[in-house]
Order: sequence, then structure tokens, then C-alpha cells
Amino acid sequence: MPTDSLFRRVDVDGSRLITVTFDDQPLQVPSGLTVAAALLLAGVRYFRTSPVSGEARAPYCMMGVCFECLVEINGVPSRQSCLIEVADGMRIRSQQGARDLPFTASEPVVMEVQP
Amino acid sequence: MTNTIPTSADVIVVGGGLVGMAVAYGLAKAGTSTLVLDQGDDAFRASRGNFGLVWVQGKGFDRLEYSRWTRLSALAWPGLAEGLLRETDVDVRLKQPGGFHMCFSDNELAERQSRLAGMQAKLGDYPFEMLDQADLNARLPGIGPKVVGASYTPMDGHVNPLKLLRALHAGSRYHGATVLGRMSVERIEFLPGEFAVVTSQRRFTAPRIVLAAGLGNRALAEQVGLHAPVAPNRGQVLVSERVQSFLDYPTINVRQTDEGTVQLGDSMEEVGFNDLTTTDVLAKIAQRGVTTFPLLAGVRLVRAWGALRVMSPDGYPIYQQSDSHPGAFVVTCHSGVTLAAAHATRMAPWIRGGERPEELAVFAGERFLTGEVFSHAH
Repeated sequence: MPTDSLFRRVDVDGSRLITVTFDDQPLQVPSGLTVAAALLLAGVRYFRTSPVSGEARAPYCMMGVCFECLVEINGVPSRQSCLIEVADGMRIRSQQGARDLPFTASEPVVMEVQP
Repeated sequence: MTNTIPTSADVIVVGGGLVGMAVAYGLAKAGTSTLVLDQGDDAFRASRGNFGLVWVQGKGFDRLEYSRWTRLSALAWPGLAEGLLRETDVDVRLKQPGGFHMCFSDNELAERQSRLAGMQAKLGDYPFEMLDQADLNARLPGIGPKVVGASYTPMDGHVNPLKLLRALHAGSRYHGATVLGRMSVERIEFLPGEFAVVTSQRRFTAPRIVLAAGLGNRALAEQVGLHAPVAPNRGQVLVSERVQSFLDYPTINVRQTDEGTVQLGDSMEEVGFNDLTTTDVLAKIAQRGVTTFPLLAGVRLVRAWGALRVMSPDGYPIYQQSDSHPGAFVVTCHSGVTLAAAHATRMAPWIRGGERPEELAVFAGERFLTGEVFSHAH
């Protein structure tokens, strides 16, 4: 069922636009958001496929619990996009099924929860 | 809408975990009118916290009846899984490809060999292989260099234990059993030819009762002349994010579920009724998992929990009918997954009034009244 976005940015003043890519498509998004919020605001509706059923999925809880918002960020798979602040130049990809092994990180993984 | 809640049955099973539900499933399937009284979610719920192994190897080395009982259950497991799938449409994801027990020193490997060889000598049909590092590497790519070897037996397997619990509930209902939740049993009264099981809300009666209340069995058993001195033993478990399939076999401390998550565990602690987690134990579990499979080093952990095993003083099950209160049975063990098939197939005839299965004679609770000091360090 197609849905219209229920998300509206309420405090656009004070943030600047930055550029990220999602599956190689450049997107202009406001700074200061989580990756999940930024992608939803930019109209992305399909973040990953479930490794169990293969179904398309998108963020649900937006607070780090449901793991529906997983994406690959800068080469690191299965990141919880609702807990990570979006940054200029981020390369984001949809997460297709379960992540690969063995794990090879292209850069250090920051595990802390972002504000 | 009001449902009529039955207040009597042929058999009341106290406890809706894996043990109680396997027994109830067997009873209902045999045509017995069965009522299960399950506690609420404030109960300790060992069945929601376990690891999911259907494990045979090494079990019962000092009580061969337990080895045989465990093996019997593992052999009956495919039939249980097929029946549940047919009746409930729940696939419990049983796989029995054999399992590995990793050893981290030459001494450990030698002890393992000696234990399994001793069991094979006494039991006869008890296949196992000892694998050195090269053999093991060939069987399990990705094994770490600090693993010096492993034992393998084709008898072991694993299931999804949450799907099993759900399937046993659905299967019991399919065969006509009633399962009532949030029923905490306060006491059991013995009347001529009948037991009254009293909860805070109401009173249920049946000529036969089965106590399968996990850690609650200790207090309930006493009320009907049974002895079930079970105590909590905490296990902690780590669960990873879903990763692509890398491990086709269960091992004693690491397994990959059908849905891709990796479960790591195998801690044992005597900490009373504390079912929380501790960083030091979780760190050791994670360390051992990564030592076993170094490719797990970068994998994220998404859940951790503690759960309480239901442990008797010698670690073996307690199966008994009360002498003083005939018709009252206790069924308790800490291997509710492995033994589910035995419980579903072998207990019902006994509880319905038949002879006690011969192999269960050694598991009466009276064995703990002799003053002997027991150890379940196996």
C-alpha cells in the first residue's frame, strides 16, 4: 500500500543541507537528523529486505529496538540507522538480507548511540 | 464474548513451559481431557531463555539411564517435529546433523575422548569421532587456531526453542487441551479420588495432576507427598545480529539459528533466583565464541539475557508418581528441549494409569533423601 510521508521537519531553521547517497542516488538532507529520519524525509521507503522472509522493510520504532531500519553505512553492514547521526558525504546502501561474513570494516565502527 | 472455562479435566498439568506442554501434548494426543495451568509472565520462564540444543553427546556419563533416555528422545524428535508441523503448521526447524564439542587444550581433548569412549564401551551403539585440528578445519571452515580439536557425534542437533514452545501450545490445543494463562497455583488439596488445584481466581479438579512447574515444583511437590528439590542455575546467553549462514552444525557453546542469528552461551552459575546478566560472564562467553570462530569478531550483539535452569541436585530429571497421593506426578528436568520428544511420547501412558516406563525407575525424587552429596558438574 503506498503511503504519504507522515514525517515533517519542525525545526528546519538552524540546520544546513548536506549530501549523502542512498544506493548511489545523491540526496540533499538537513543536518542534525538521524540517518533513518533523513532518509524518510527524503522519501526513502525501502531500507532493507528481511533475511527471514525477503520482504521489504523500513524503520518502525525509531529508538533502537526493532532493527527494521538496518542499512549499510560507509561499507559497514547492518547499522541501526535510527541511532546514527547523518553526516555529509555518507554512503548509505539498503541492507539486502543478512550481512556477509567474514566482516571487513573499511573504517572504525562507532558503536555509541548518537544524540 | 464469554468463553466457558473448564474447571475439571482428566489430567491437570501445572506449568505451561516446554516440559508441561510436551506432557500435555502427549496426553491430549492420546485422547485425555487435559487442562494446563500456566503462570503469568512474571514467572521465571526457563522455556523462553534456553539455547535450543537437542543434545546427546556426553550426557549421563555417570548415569547411563540418562544417556539412554536422552538418546531415545533424540531419535523420537523427527516424529515430534513432523507431527507438530502437520498439526500446527509451525516448523520448529529441527536439524540433527550431529554436533561438535570444542576443546581448547590437549588435556581437555584427552578427557573428552576418555569420557566418550567409556560411554561407548558401556552403551554399545554410541557413535562418536575425535577430531584433531586439521580434521576439524576440514569439517568446520572458520574454526580458530586456539581450538585444538573437538568431539563430534552424529546424534546431536538443534531446534528453534521458541517455535517449539509455540508449536506445543498449538498442538495441545489442536488435540483438545485447554491452556489457561495467569494461573498461579497457590495450593493443592487431596480429596478421595480427586485433586483440587487452587489458584487465586478459581479452583480446578482432576483425578490426576502433573507438576511441571519448573522451579515451582519444589514447593508444590511437598503438598502431594513428592520430593523435588530443584534449584536455580543461571545461564547467560548472547544473541548476535543476523549474519549469512556460516555454521551448519550446532556446537556446545555457539550455534546459528535458522534465521541467521548466532547464539553464544554455556555459562553456569549458582546465584539463587537472580536471572540478570553480568558483564564479566557475558565477556567470557563472547571471548570463547570468538576464539572458536574468529570471524565473529566484528559481528554485533543485539540481545543478552540470563535464565534459570531447573536443576536437581545431581542434574538429572525427576519423574515420579506419589505413593501417598496416587495420581500426582512430578516431571522436572533442565533439558526441556532435548527431552521434549520423550516427554511427548513416553509419559502419557504412565500418567493415564499404565506402568511407569522401565527406564525411569532411577529418576524418582527419593534418591535425594539418602544423605548422599550430589554434584551436577557435568
